[in-house]
Amino acid sequence: MKVLVPVKRVIDPNVRPRVKADGSGVDLANIKMAMNPFCEIAVEEAVRMKEKGVVTGEIVIVSIGPAQAQETIRIGLAMGGDRGILVQTDAAVEPLAVAKILAKIVEAEKPDVVITGKQAIDDDSNQTGQMLAALLGWPQGTFASGVAKEGDKLKVTREVDGGLQTVSLTLPAVVTTDLRLNEPRFASLPNIMKAKKKPIETKSPADYGVDVAPRLTVVKVAEPKKREAGEKVADVDALIAKLKSVGAI
Amino acid sequence: MAVLVLAEHSNASLNDATAKTVAAAQAFGGDVDVLVAGHNAKAAADAAAKLTGVRKVLHAEGEAFSHALAEAVEALVVPMMGNYDAFFAPATTTGKNIAPRIAAKLDVMQVSEITKVVDPSTFERPIYAGNAIMTVKSSDAKKVVTVRGTAFQPVASSGSASVESIAAPAGPFKAAFVSEELQKSDRPELASAKRVVSGGRALASADQFNQYILPLADKLGAGVGASRAAVDAGYAPNDFQVGQTGKVVAPELYVAIGISGAIQHLAGMKDSKIIVAINKDEEAPIFQIADYGLVGDLFKIVPELTSKL
Repeated sequence: MKVLVPVKRVIDPNVRPRVKADGSGVDLANIKMAMNPFCEIAVEEAVRMKEKGVVTGEIVIVSIGPAQAQETIRIGLAMGGDRGILVQTDAAVEPLAVAKILAKIVEAEKPDVVITGKQAIDDDSNQTGQMLAALLGWPQGTFASGVAKEGDKLKVTREVDGGLQTVSLTLPAVVTTDLRLNEPRFASLPNIMKAKKKPIETKSPADYGVDVAPRLTVVKVAEPKKREAGEKVADVDALIAKLKSVGAI
Repeated sequence: MAVLVLAEHSNASLNDATAKTVAAAQAFGGDVDVLVAGHNAKAAADAAAKLTGVRKVLHAEGEAFSHALAEAVEALVVPMMGNYDAFFAPATTTGKNIAPRIAAKLDVMQVSEITKVVDPSTFERPIYAGNAIMTVKSSDAKKVVTVRGTAFQPVASSGSASVESIAAPAGPFKAAFVSEELQKSDRPELASAKRVVSGGRALASADQFNQYILPLADKLGAGVGASRAAVDAGYAPNDFQVGQTGKVVAPELYVAIGISGAIQHLAGMKDSKIIVAINKDEEAPIFQIADYGLVGDLFKIVPELTSKL
């Protein structure tokens, strides 16, 4: 099996995003960036599948984004990816266009599985994996907390409202990762050094004939309504009295 | 104009998320039809027909729909969309799984988890875990939208729409249902509960989570939630998780116990009407958004609160 792992460069999850004063978006100038946490889980899963001998072919790490997304690909290569493809663009590419580019890459690379994060923590869209599966006519195992190969099928345990659901997918298939699938490793220094020598091919959306013009226009981005801090109460009796006074209990 | 709403249901009954999604579809405008794709789902279809303001219910029966497999629902919905201007699904794990497949097939950029319909092309949605609210205008001819349930009041059940049976695609599909493990509980469902009691890492073990959180929840008739830290530590099952990557709740009363209040968690509960925080650290960020804060040892406070309620 060969695996393709699309990864996204996003704001570091520990950094608090700030809305720009002019309402045009979130201020990312001089902000620490990182690999989307769900994408890290996707890379880790691919590497574990390779370590277990389930994946015998290459792990190809793909990112669509600015030149700096190459650093994100390097992290994936240091974790155990074999080579990278950067589809370089400074435009904000929407999930639909990302899925179209990935579909073209899949046609060329012919992986058996695409593993990617269930959502990116910047736009919280939760679409790309499902869209890619639909464009390819592949089955999908989204929000995965368990992945196992059984014969020519992939068994995926999914985190759904109310519990877990297991589906059996005819390969090739798309998997999107949830938090409990695994705990991603830290890339070791020797592996980071080795990753510098692994090849990354740079392409453009035009190479794949995909129009990345956005379908959604951002009218404005605003701060959410602020919640004011309330009051501290002295003890349980005071709390119960307060809750009764506002009709909450 | 006409909107097709995907019903969220368990075949035997209709989930509350459907009535909220219908409310969002009505804000969008035009005729609203509800699609019930299920297996032995007549009861769910009949319940959908009662939703106020629904024009008709389309009921497709098929074994592949018994667990709402995305591949089967896509095959059903895409050919139907010639008759509709928009497809609305609840932003549940089912809706999130299905809607992007339909959007991609229609060559539409989906608008995820809307919290407001501004006009039939313009929607508000939270981004960055709710740290920003984005207003977007869609240039696509058809709209594909998922709806955050906490942002819409469910429509009433005073209607009497007709139920029309429609043919289900034959398959076979490349995905098959194997099994499911659903949490069985008599407590209210977290996403729609009027009151929620959530526990955090300070509970320190699964036993203590159960021993301290559950009796209070039962006393209040509340659903039970947990922070990601508590879930990651194994104190509570994953589907209890409230936050950016878990469930988003907005109950009348939210009681956060031993939860410090990471951004990730606040994203899932800060729209609750009344927030109570119980934490031994008076500097915990949760107190900055709590209406009533009680600083102290939860292992003393929670049993006292439970007994005095």
